Amino acid sequence: MTQRLVIIGAGMASGRLLEELDTSAFDITLFGAEPRGNYNRILLSPVLAGEQEFDDIITHDAAWYACRKITTRFGETVVKIDRQKKLVVTSQGVTPYDKLVIATGSASFLVPVQGNDLLGVVGFRDLDDVEAMLAAARKPGAKAVVIGGGLLGLEAAAALHKQGMDVTVLHLMDHLMERQLDPAAGYLLQKELEGRGIKIVCKAHTAAILGKDHVEAVLLEAGDLFPADLVVMAAGIRPETRLATEAGIRVERGIWVDDTMRTSADDIYALGECVEHDAVVYGLVAPLFDMARVLARTLHGEAAAFVAPTVSTKLKVTGVDLFSVGDFSDGEGCEEIVFRDPARGIYKRLILRDNKIMGVVMYGDTADSGWFFDKLKSGEDISDIRETLIFGPAFQGGELMDPLALVASMPDSAEICGCNGVCKGTIVQAIRDGATDLQAVKSATKASASCGSCSGLVEQVLAAILGDEFKSPAPAGICACTDHSHQDIRRIIRSQQLKSIPAVMQEMGWKTSCGCHVCRPALNYYLLCEWPLDYADDAQSRFVNERNHANIQKDGTYSVVPRMWGGITTPQELRAIADAAEKFNVPTIHVTGGQRIDLLGVQREDLPAIWADLNGAGLVSGHAYSKGLRTVKTCVGSDHCRFGTQDSTGLGIKLEKILWGSWTPHKVKLAVSGCPRNCAEATCKDLGVICVESGYQVSVAGAAGMELKQTEPLASVETEDEVIELAVAFIQLYRESADYLDRPYKWVAKVGLDWVISRVVDDRESRAALVERFEISQSVYRKDPWAEQARPEYRPRKWAALADLTLEAAE
Amino acid sequence: MSTWIDIAALDDIAPRGARVVKTALGCVAIFRTGDDKVFALDDACPHKKGPLSEGIVHGTSVTCPLHNWVISLETGQAQGADEGAVNTYEIKVENGRILLDGTRLRARSAA
Ligand code: SRM
Ligand SMILES: Cc1cc2nc3c(=O)[nH]c(=O)nc-3n(C[C@H](O)[C@H](O)[C@H](O)COP(=O)(O)OP(=O)(O)OC[C@H]3O[C@@H](n4cnc5c(N)ncnc54)[C@H](O)[C@@H]3O)c2cc1C
Ligand code: SF4
Ligand code: FES
Repeated sequence: MTQRLVIIGAGMASGRLLEELDTSAFDITLFGAEPRGNYNRILLSPVLAGEQEFDDIITHDAAWYACRKITTRFGETVVKIDRQKKLVVTSQGVTPYDKLVIATGSASFLVPVQGNDLLGVVGFRDLDDVEAMLAAARKPGAKAVVIGGGLLGLEAAAALHKQGMDVTVLHLMDHLMERQLDPAAGYLLQKELEGRGIKIVCKAHTAAILGKDHVEAVLLEAGDLFPADLVVMAAGIRPETRLATEAGIRVERGIWVDDTMRTSADDIYALGECVEHDAVVYGLVAPLFDMARVLARTLHGEAAAFVAPTVSTKLKVTGVDLFSVGDFSDGEGCEEIVFRDPARGIYKRLILRDNKIMGVVMYGDTADSGWFFDKLKSGEDISDIRETLIFGPAFQGGELMDPLALVASMPDSAEICGCNGVCKGTIVQAIRDGATDLQAVKSATKASASCGSCSGLVEQVLAAILGDEFKSPAPAGICACTDHSHQDIRRIIRSQQLKSIPAVMQEMGWKTSCGCHVCRPALNYYLLCEWPLDYADDAQSRFVNERNHANIQKDGTYSVVPRMWGGITTPQELRAIADAAEKFNVPTIHVTGGQRIDLLGVQREDLPAIWADLNGAGLVSGHAYSKGLRTVKTCVGSDHCRFGTQDSTGLGIKLEKILWGSWTPHKVKLAVSGCPRNCAEATCKDLGVICVESGYQVSVAGAAGMELKQTEPLASVETEDEVIELAVAFIQLYRESADYLDRPYKWVAKVGLDWVISRVVDDRESRAALVERFEISQSVYRKDPWAEQARPEYRPRKWAALADLTLEAAE
Repeated sequence: MSTWIDIAALDDIAPRGARVVKTALGCVAIFRTGDDKVFALDDACPHKKGPLSEGIVHGTSVTCPLHNWVISLETGQAQGADEGAVNTYEIKVENGRILLDGTRLRARSAA
């Protein structure tokens, strides 16, 4: 009879164990306290930050277990192990085992203070914690206090801050991440996080968590009080050993195991964060994955032994580069080499003993971390290269090495993926066996399958081995249909005079018959921008919003936003909007952030009729749905305001009347403020104008969406006409040279503001030519799409159903 | 047994476009590909019921307008890493007319 193998805990360690096992050799039952299967716990941080979704981080789905005939019992906590009868007990009953694996991981350590059980106090361990945090973050202006400034606490803090919370980190020690970082790197990290707006308090001894039922504040022993709607306990983890202790199995700090992952009890094994091996308890996945490999062999009756690996740490906070490994305390006989570049916020420190690297701390630039880590593990004598060691591999051997030469020169034993312990040699072998892209290498070797921070290196190995055959996915093709970049495509459309989507696909060797939802909208834009008079817009290559001239909503209805030039409206217009809202049963009317009114929840088939009504009152499309000109916000300016220096409202309206209807690579928003008090928020727009006594300051390339960036000065001019000319030229240059879906600030970052100024401001001929080309394009596009789409002859074909079978089918 | 219902002319749908047929049980999206093949699928994405008829049609797939799942017009299956499927219906073109099989639609309404 096949042996019954029972596993307690569906976490990262047991997930890996299942992959390493020949599952057909056992009759497996997997218990998990969480109501879900195995997933990549490491990536909860990006899920919390909104950078990934939970679905993206599931490692084993229902089909996976089913096809291996694994019985899953998720949402079922094992409450007891009966060693005599060889069974485990849950609230649903008992399950006998021949062999038992304990993989219960660890639990968040709750700082033992009064109030740690209040509602609103959460750990950071599983998806439920993440969901609780996200729910708290939804409340506007909510405050979070994170207790613990280690890896977990800082990842939580950065993510919650990204979700819009006001975040304070309370850390017991003198500097952040004291177990991985020395004080200098801890300082740089603190400065970076504070720069983002996260408050950090070190040497903070929590005295109590205050609140009636729900947390309200955290009190420090020093008396400081921090209001909180959410308290995240990230002060450490506690190995989950209760089951083993109660069953009389040997437990030290974790469940004691020998080199083969056996516990002190017969037929009971353990792995993961719940175990202690050779007096060490682990908290990172790399060693746990090694344990899984060993335990799989043990269970199959093969010989294997776990050897404690050296583990390195990285912090998964977007925009923070940090690496640490080994021992970096100033011990006896230790020497150090330090490199600092304060301007760029870079710090590197190597700790040496007997001419060997014992520890590495890097902040700000971690490109060489793999090289140092390698030398640390191999124990190489570095006396020969000591002079230049800190500058990394690029400076060894005199010449600067490019990254490709660098990976090429790495030995096969060099570790590329820390989480999964995958060496360069394994990756090279997988590539020789036919893996030709990141995804294939990932499935063949697991490299980059966990925290993902080594995917760049894996790609470099691919490039080094495959040479030209390897196309790095990011900068190369704009989608899977082509290997050409946006700029290549634009250049060839121009030089080869290509004037249709099929022509581009043919000439540039598209790999698919008619492209995809990524390339077709881009091509459609490039063509209409290049050949405004010749190219016929392709509705089928437009995203639904631009095809239907309204924003689709989650339930398939649409929103309708009429233009309000410069944010100015009239009683008649307001009446027409109110009438339309009543007539078409508009459920929600919202005043937008763009100084106009949004009618939300309009039925698709009502669109032409509501547009016709609005047109009747002189209202036109606000293009709130387009990659094109959106709004020109204005303030009341010199017409009414006691500080107004110029007619900001009038100038805004003029700009909007000239620019509206134009298609652009991404949306474009402007604002004109009447004085430097800047009530129209001009300094975070794609183009902003601030009126001053002497004229107008025009600035560009701001951002206030997913990124936040102040505009940079383009020019100061004296007249309205000059402002208009600059704005038109700037937008035309953007139209002609940006990658599709790059907002102006991204485009300016790529081409450089100096280049933009040289074309738009300094070179008058170039400016005039840009304005002229814009006008040619606008001769086609400066018109109201609603008026056209609402024409009666347009309606049946585009807006009505093809056929109505409601009666037929009901018969 | 098939019961073919004549619903419209092929030209009533733009190439690489789609339009819907209303049925008692919700809309069915009729797609026309670039090479004039036609397909009929429920007009509700397996993800969150996005109207597939408003998606971008490419090859024999459509990209849902709400969150970019790619659905095969041939099988109704979500492509790539996404999982799920929508019902498909028998459909054909004869003499420039689109014919939809009413049997399944009726079976569905009876069920
Ligand atoms: C209606 C409005 C919210 C409101 O009720 O106030 C809105 C609604 C949407 N915004 Fe917005 N944005 C609105 C003002 C803004 C603003 C504020 C502003 O314009 O001053 C911003 C920040 C400034 C900016 O543009 O960067 C803004 C930044 C975004 C972004 C992030 C853009 C970025 O580059 O980072 C997106 C996503 C995108 O465009 O890819 C977005 C996308 C969207 C979409 C279109 C999401 C979508 O694709 O379905 C929303 C459509 C809702 C709907 O169904 O109608 N919305 N959105 C605002 C319309 C203004 C208008 O009158 O046209
Ligand atoms: C937010 C976050 C970020 C991290 N980032 C990194 C990183 O960047 N790099 C890195 O190497 N590591 C990281 N880690 C650590 C890594 O996730 C853990 O080391 C790893 O998950 C431990 O695996 P495990 O299987 O031992 O425990 P777990 O993955 O915790 O799994 C244990 C499972 O057992 C279940 N369980 C417990 N008791 C019972 C019971 N009685 N009955 C049934 N089920 C039970 C638990 O519910 C849990 O699902 C991170 C951890 C977190 C939380
Ligand atoms: S309106 Fe804008 S901010 Fe609000 S949910 Fe939609 S995209 Fe997000
Ligand atoms: S509803 Fe279709 S992708 Fe989300």
